[in-house]
Amino acid sequence: MMLVVAALVVWAVAWWINSRLSNGPSGDTRAVRMTVPVLFGLTVLAVWELVVRGLQVPAVILPPPSTIFTTLAGSIPILWEDFVQTFVKGALSGYAIGCGAAFVTAILADRFEFLRQGLLPVGNFMAALPIVGTAPILVMWFGFDWQSKAAVVVVMVFFPVLVNTVSGLRDTGAMQRDLMHTYGATYWQTLVKLRLPAAMPFIFNGLKIATTLALIGAIVAEFFGSPTRGMGFRISTSVGQLALDMVWAEIVVAALAGSLFYGAVALIEKAVTFWHPSQRV
Amino acid sequence: MTRFVPVLSVIVTILALWYAACIPMNVKEVLTQAERDGAVINPEGAQTRRDLSHFGLVFRNLDHLGGSWSQDRARLPAPHQVAAELWQSTWVEETTGRRGIVKSGSLSNRSLVYHGMVTLGATFVGFLIGAGLGVLLAVGIVHSRTMDRSVMPWAIVSQTVPILALAPMIIVVLYSIGLEGLMPKAVISAYLSFFPVVVGMVKGLRSPDAMQLDLLRTYNASGAETFWKLRLPASVPYLFASLKIGIAASLVGAIVGELPVQRGGLGARMLGGSYYGQTEQIWAALFVAAALAATLVWFVGWIERRTARAMGARP
Repeated sequence: MMLVVAALVVWAVAWWINSRLSNGPSGDTRAVRMTVPVLFGLTVLAVWELVVRGLQVPAVILPPPSTIFTTLAGSIPILWEDFVQTFVKGALSGYAIGCGAAFVTAILADRFEFLRQGLLPVGNFMAALPIVGTAPILVMWFGFDWQSKAAVVVVMVFFPVLVNTVSGLRDTGAMQRDLMHTYGATYWQTLVKLRLPAAMPFIFNGLKIATTLALIGAIVAEFFGSPTRGMGFRISTSVGQLALDMVWAEIVVAALAGSLFYGAVALIEKAVTFWHPSQRV
Repeated sequence: MTRFVPVLSVIVTILALWYAACIPMNVKEVLTQAERDGAVINPEGAQTRRDLSHFGLVFRNLDHLGGSWSQDRARLPAPHQVAAELWQSTWVEETTGRRGIVKSGSLSNRSLVYHGMVTLGATFVGFLIGAGLGVLLAVGIVHSRTMDRSVMPWAIVSQTVPILALAPMIIVVLYSIGLEGLMPKAVISAYLSFFPVVVGMVKGLRSPDAMQLDLLRTYNASGAETFWKLRLPASVPYLFASLKIGIAASLVGAIVGELPVQRGGLGARMLGGSYYGQTEQIWAALFVAAALAATLVWFVGWIERRTARAMGARP
């Protein structure tokens, strides 16, 4: 019981510090902006640890963070193997193929008005569908290894990127296009020098949405069959063995991979679209 | 009417590609069947054909491909086969089946209507919980600086975590503490619809600009009045945009949540189909899921239009 009380105290103290920090005179400085969420995260971890130990929650329901960390540190080789199988082979290759195909299709759809009018409603419709459901079919076609995971990822990322790219390519004003026209610019010159740069914020929006979808697709596809490695495989078999600390370790890896992937795309976006108002500080 | 011509031609193209794709996809099984029926296939024997390319086999046996679109348990069933399965497992099963609603008084557990209703129930419960919590958290974030600073960054980071992939674990954990049936799936649905709503609603509640807020200050409006009369009405378009994303995510969550526990639902149907090689069953479940998603998004859009009209927007 003492530990639960301690958890409450830790929560109250941390919250008090946080509210003092964010409402205080230095609330808008960069240091405080960084400190407050980090402190909040640490508080959640501490409360989790104390409550689980205090109420003696069985490890098959919720393991404490310390156990998860020990498992994580103790099984780095397995986790790395799973990471390579699911993320590098499955998600990344599928992401590259899917985004590339969507980009080419978007250029075509933009070139031919008829194609755009037909593809865009269909694409919008498909983007809202539970595409994860194609996973069993694609696993049946492409086998258990990473190729089928990449195929699921391709189908999942295709439509969001397509829809965003097409709407981005239409984002130039009549004035800007007229200016290119008076310069005597050809279609390709207008595309490369005016419309593609103007579309970049939209394209990156689609690419950022697709990072999360790629990881989800690769992991969920492994539930329908996989070789004896991979993050989805490890999650489903560890759940079966009630080894929840291993599941949580995989979750930590997935969360890290997802955040880093997203962060990397966001960094590239920052370098490419430095001129856009949302990137100015 | 002219708007439908391009859409229709894209759909027709997709169907044509689908029929064409059936030929190389199913060629090995079709040739084996044809050989059993006495045709001479080049090369002979299913064993020798196993590692040959699909297209090569198609071109060497152009005369024996008649069965491509009527294979039982095909690798890729043709569209009309899927349509037949859809009809078979909804209308026919319910009206004439032994366990159908006409004969037994309750929905047959072999029909997609039943499985669709199971999924829909979890989706709705989860969506209501998730959207409700999301709106509440957004109100908290907008009104408390501390919550904004500490919770919001984590809400954004959590968007990059593949929550859907954790669905099986959440189901098993909730099962072990006694929750089963609808609730575990609804929890996953709620989790998935929660974050789009938070992010959209925070954006919406913050959308009134400084001029409007200043005007309310000159009226001496209290915090509650500012909230009810300015912030909340201003947030409605943002709220509906994220509700549309949220309800589609809810449906996906419910379907994936049905994978580990085989107790009905479209997800269970897909996994069952993939275990037993019943590809038509998977495709039919997929189409029902697609129709459900489209209907749900349309339904939210309908409410959005009604609300906008009630709030004085001109159509």
